[in-house]
Amino acid sequence: MSRVRQAWPAALLLVALIGIWELYVDLHGDTFSLILPAPHQVAKALYTDRGLLWSNFLVTAKEVLLGILLATAVGVVLAVAIHFSPTVRRAVYPLVVASQAVPVVVFAPVLAFWLGFGLLPKLAVIALVSFFSIVVTTTAGFAMVDPDLIKLMRTFDASRLRTFRHVELPTALPGVFTGVKIAVAVSVIGAVFAEWNGSNSGLGYVILQSLPQLLAARGVAAVVILSVFAIALFSLLALAERIALPWAYHDREERA
Amino acid sequence: MPAKGATTEMIEAPVQEPRELNGGDGSVRVELVSRTFATRRGPVQALAGMSLRAAPHEVVAVVGPSGCGKTTLLELICGLQQPDSGRVQAAAAALMPQRDLLLPWLSALDNAGLALRARGVSREEARTAAAPWLERFGLGRFETTRPAELSGGMRQRVSFLRTLLAGKPVLALDEPFAALDAITRQEMHGWLGHVLESEPRTVILVTHDVEEAVIVADRVVVMSPRPGRAVAEIDVTLPRPRRRTDPAVVELREKALGALGVEP
Repeated sequence: MSRVRQAWPAALLLVALIGIWELYVDLHGDTFSLILPAPHQVAKALYTDRGLLWSNFLVTAKEVLLGILLATAVGVVLAVAIHFSPTVRRAVYPLVVASQAVPVVVFAPVLAFWLGFGLLPKLAVIALVSFFSIVVTTTAGFAMVDPDLIKLMRTFDASRLRTFRHVELPTALPGVFTGVKIAVAVSVIGAVFAEWNGSNSGLGYVILQSLPQLLAARGVAAVVILSVFAIALFSLLALAERIALPWAYHDREERA
Repeated sequence: MPAKGATTEMIEAPVQEPRELNGGDGSVRVELVSRTFATRRGPVQALAGMSLRAAPHEVVAVVGPSGCGKTTLLELICGLQQPDSGRVQAAAAALMPQRDLLLPWLSALDNAGLALRARGVSREEARTAAAPWLERFGLGRFETTRPAELSGGMRQRVSFLRTLLAGKPVLALDEPFAALDAITRQEMHGWLGHVLESEPRTVILVTHDVEEAVIVADRVVVMSPRPGRAVAEIDVTLPRPRRRTDPAVVELREKALGALGVEP
């Protein structure tokens, strides 16, 4: 019940923003609505183009989910390597940061050249834009390990690997979740950019095709679907975190 | 859950490879040990000529002012550090840290069995071994409870059990009851004496609480301010359980406080 009550401000704000948007477009006439469609036009496009939007959504959703999985695998492996070796940290961290400064537009044609026009180059782009947050937050998670716990494990004759498994990895898991949650939003943008370079399906492709055809409402409808998808993924991850790591929430609730 | 008392002998798990200068019988000898740390503001000498002895199954309390190198002393005994000079001759020791440091994602039972898991014992075997002990420590109903839902006293008992189950002849306790309220602390003193009666170990108990030292220990070693060294030793031969208000306890407490330089 309290959750429903807590959602009221967000719902009101959303309705107000949509109302202002509708008024703004209506005041500027029909020509303007070709550039920025009014909410009612977007709603209409969501309905009339539902078949087209749904089939393309499935393509993008698959890319995003697989891309996030790839990013998580790469991000966690890198974070573990950084955690274990100061040399790796010094060698890899600057490159990890630099990788985020490379515009996807520059990268995508090269990826298409290497990996063709199928699923792989899309996964590469999505993983490239979203692995960064996972590396950073997972590394921060490892840094939260209490040095006294490491000493304790040593007096218990624990090997390095067992200390990692029983103490360090569980400590870092909330960091992994935080990184993936941040990655969700970025990965959707990554998917759109990836589809702008060599594809013939997906919501990014729909957006790219709609704008020059003066079908802006369809393009914005695709954006709305992407946004809802990102929110849904984020919420799902938050739920999974609560179920998988209840102890990480318990402390926070105690304090609240 | 496994039958109560099924594998109690797990506690006597073999002490693995002896450390250099091993006191294999459970004794501890620290002789004229000095230890200096490099810090950002220059070297800090934690210990200067510190000596300490503990016979097998003896409970030795180490009291001293804050920052006198007590924790360094325990880490030397546990082999986590090496002395710059002097000798440390000690049987294998397991640490009980100052904060309980229980793992928040594990149940009380799995926390208690952590030392076994650290040695590669399977989860099921560790649980089987730890369960009867949890029962004995009055925590039988809390097997599946996570640390956040345990009281301070219960957490310390789980933490102590975890160290005990490491199967080492020496227990190095670093201010184990400092974070507890006065009433719980008193309960824990009685409880610890009770446990050590049936499970004798060599115990090095570091504390800044002189009264705790006199009530729990066979012998109290008083340390100087940093750099720490032993300035007095007080034998406590009183029968257990000891009461704070016992005139003999009060007298020894005043004696220890005098050695610390605190006027009565």
